Amino acid sequence: MTFTNLTDAINIPKIIRVIPRNRNIEAWLLAFALGLFAFELAQIQLSVLQVLCADFWLYFVPFTLAVLAIHFVLRIRASEADSLILPIGVVLNGLGIAEIYRLDLHTVAVKGTELFAGKQIAWTCIAIAVAAVVVIFVPSHLFLRRYVYVSMFVGVGLLLSPMLPVIGRSINGARLWIGIGPLTFQPGELAKIALTVFFAGYLVTRRDSLAIVGRKIFGVRIPRARELGPIISIWVASLLVLVMQHDLGTSLLYFGLFIVMIYVATGRSIYVVVGLTMFFSGALVASRVADYVTRRFDAWLNPFDQSHYDAVGGSYQLVQGIFGLAHGNLLGAGLGGGLPHLVPLAESDFIIASLGEELGLVGMFAILALYLLLVARGVRIAFMHNDDFSKLLAVGLSFVIALQLFIVMGGVTRVVPLTGLTTPLLAAGGSSLIANWIIIGVLLRISDSMGSGQRVIGAVN
Amino acid sequence: MNKELRRVSLVIFMMFLTLFIATTSIQVISAETLSQDQRNVRSVYDSYKKQRGSLLINGQPIAYSKPSDDIYHYIRTYSDPMYSGVTGFFSNYQGATGLESAMNSYLTGQNSAQFFEQISALFSGNPVTGASVELTIDPAVQKAAWDGLGNLTGAVVAIEPKTGNILALVSKPGFDANLLAVHDGVLSTKNYSALLNAKSEPLKNRATTELYAPGSVFKILVATAAIESGKYTPESTLPNPVKFKLPGTNVYVQNSGEGKCGGKATVSIADALRFSCNVPMAQLGILLGQDAIRAQAEKFGFGKSIKVPLAITPSVYPSNMDDAQTGLSAFGQFDDRVTVMQVAMMSAAVANGGLVMKPNLVRTVLSSNLAALTTPSPSELGSAMSSATAAKVRDMMIGAVARGVSSNGQIKGVSVAGKTGTAQNGQGEPYTLWFTGFAPADNPQVAVAVVVADGGGMGQAGRGNSLAAPIAKKVMEAVLHK
Repeated sequence: MTFTNLTDAINIPKIIRVIPRNRNIEAWLLAFALGLFAFELAQIQLSVLQVLCADFWLYFVPFTLAVLAIHFVLRIRASEADSLILPIGVVLNGLGIAEIYRLDLHTVAVKGTELFAGKQIAWTCIAIAVAAVVVIFVPSHLFLRRYVYVSMFVGVGLLLSPMLPVIGRSINGARLWIGIGPLTFQPGELAKIALTVFFAGYLVTRRDSLAIVGRKIFGVRIPRARELGPIISIWVASLLVLVMQHDLGTSLLYFGLFIVMIYVATGRSIYVVVGLTMFFSGALVASRVADYVTRRFDAWLNPFDQSHYDAVGGSYQLVQGIFGLAHGNLLGAGLGGGLPHLVPLAESDFIIASLGEELGLVGMFAILALYLLLVARGVRIAFMHNDDFSKLLAVGLSFVIALQLFIVMGGVTRVVPLTGLTTPLLAAGGSSLIANWIIIGVLLRISDSMGSGQRVIGAVN
Repeated sequence: MNKELRRVSLVIFMMFLTLFIATTSIQVISAETLSQDQRNVRSVYDSYKKQRGSLLINGQPIAYSKPSDDIYHYIRTYSDPMYSGVTGFFSNYQGATGLESAMNSYLTGQNSAQFFEQISALFSGNPVTGASVELTIDPAVQKAAWDGLGNLTGAVVAIEPKTGNILALVSKPGFDANLLAVHDGVLSTKNYSALLNAKSEPLKNRATTELYAPGSVFKILVATAAIESGKYTPESTLPNPVKFKLPGTNVYVQNSGEGKCGGKATVSIADALRFSCNVPMAQLGILLGQDAIRAQAEKFGFGKSIKVPLAITPSVYPSNMDDAQTGLSAFGQFDDRVTVMQVAMMSAAVANGGLVMKPNLVRTVLSSNLAALTTPSPSELGSAMSSATAAKVRDMMIGAVARGVSSNGQIKGVSVAGKTGTAQNGQGEPYTLWFTGFAPADNPQVAVAVVVADGGGMGQAGRGNSLAAPIAKKVMEAVLHK
């Protein structure tokens, strides 16, 4: 060391400059995603209206501004967050808006009045803003751990709120909504986040007792009653949802989520076996007892049977959706080229059938691949993190997206009975958008704390 | 916890895999079945949106979609009922038949050959325009066949022997396909049921799907089998009684004139064919055996499903016969059943040195920008006989026309090979009248088969030579004299 360098040597570097590599990748991907959105809107206008019109900006500008806003929030507050999660969310959300806009254009053409795209773009902006708020005000995901039991009360409260007398609403036979005046909200969507936080927090503290304590019967360790208590409560709550709210999907979603999280926390497959047995026996009983569930099962097993096709609440919608998908074939009819409006609820429950018709199998594979990638990024966060709460939270939030997609899309493609859940990020509906964007926000927040980014000490020569 | 995470990842992956499989199964594997479900209105809407391709002969449309002002955008229009056996019909209410059905994937633009157009349609949002199909039909030959049949019920098929190209395909009575293409559903359905229930059964395709007893035209096949066996030549002789008692029965076979076949004690195979005698042919059939005849029939195409691309009903040579039945089958009776297309293929094979060419109606398929999507080249179905045998059979058929009972097939200055047939259809039923042959015999340009059903309106009085042969003559002349 030469003398002239002495001043450098005694200067302790104070600035830690983080190269926002992830954010730069994200910026390119976002540019691509927004370009894709513009292309979709333009194609729809050209295909349906034969001309481009100014409405294009009505959809493109607010969405772009919202996306740019959250991108810059990430640059400042979570610069090392995962670079793929946000662009995937943008592509899916954009595609959903485009398809809903396309359905609106048809509604306008036949002089209908029920339009969704305007509301969808507004909800999208609100939802992205909420995700940004999550990134800004949740300094660390560990912060959420302080609110584990609050989350439980909030989650269960939200889940059961549609059963309340005045504000609870039944739509299409399922009592999943609360409403004040013309505004309706599906609280179950938000409940899934609250409950995931609760499960993660609860299981982290109880995992040892759940895994180790308990008597052995026939070589299988049975947990003590007080450890089983919460599981039974969740099971009862799920069945309550099934019976009182008439929705198999929601019930399956929460129960599946809980099973997966308890399995990851304890590593004991007995919980999976017992849990699934409990759920399916409950569902089986419900399918015999509850008329609503019986009809859904019949429609699922024999949708092409004329009597089920003609029945009220029968398989008409399912069969029309399948016809739409088949019409899409390999390459699809092209955005704006199909007849997705022939399926009831084409913009919400059946948006996946609408997209399948217009984008074909190729488009469906692309959409599925995007979801798979989104979920895989979430699971990757769980893998990389050292802290158990983060692991559980990340895997729970990722799994809830995967399971919800499976239940919805599996319902449309006849893998499972059709239920009333929404397709994450694609379907029309504010509650679903907000909930899924919060999940994206939390995943981004957790991924930022993994510390996988390059840190370079700025002042070193 | 990472072990559990790996297992959960696997579960997630399986869930996605299930969705990939489920959507593939709906969108690709069972898409065709689903699109045909009666409750699926999408196919119907689809057919309205795009202009269906045309069926062309020498660039002139015989079936095309012209713009209409209603919600259907286009109406299918047919130029002439004489092509009804070729085009079939395309109706919003009754579906499609004929080439309209067989070439549907091209006409609608859905064929995989139009993949790149489909891709560009995906981006432009404009539907793919259907491809047009140029046919091998020669309008002059078609017209000669149509006019030749006049008011008779029957069919004509003319084939170019070297290529298998179909020059004429007529089924009579034809129908006006415009009656079914109308956009008024009530009218279309009314017209359809009128055609369906008409006594003359105009919706039947008598050239491709109807089966007839071949009668004496089948003798060409038996003579071919005899010479191919190596045991016989055209000069080989057979006993020549007035009547022949079928083995094991009290049934006698007679020649059509109820006399001997020529004045001698024996008769050659060539003369048996020339005078179309049943007695020697029944004996020859029994000597050859049903298996040899069946093998020869299959070489000509019997029992095969052929698409030209109209589906041809397979012709039938019966099995498990006793000797008496084999004897009857050898001159085209008993349960022998053939299509006019099969009989034309038989003559064409003799004309083409024994080689059976696959009959074909499509010259080329043109995309909307006039690029050729597919141009079928002549394809062989196999060899029915050696070229030496073909030459001998040809000479016998020349004899039948020039100096025998198939004389009405003669064309001045041209050597014609041919054979008539007059098949019985049971007690009191009218005969089925035939002529098949080719010309010029030394350099065949056309092979033809004509059937006149219902005895040509003359009950049991009509003969192949009197009613069918003159039609075939006109068709061959139309090919040669243009």
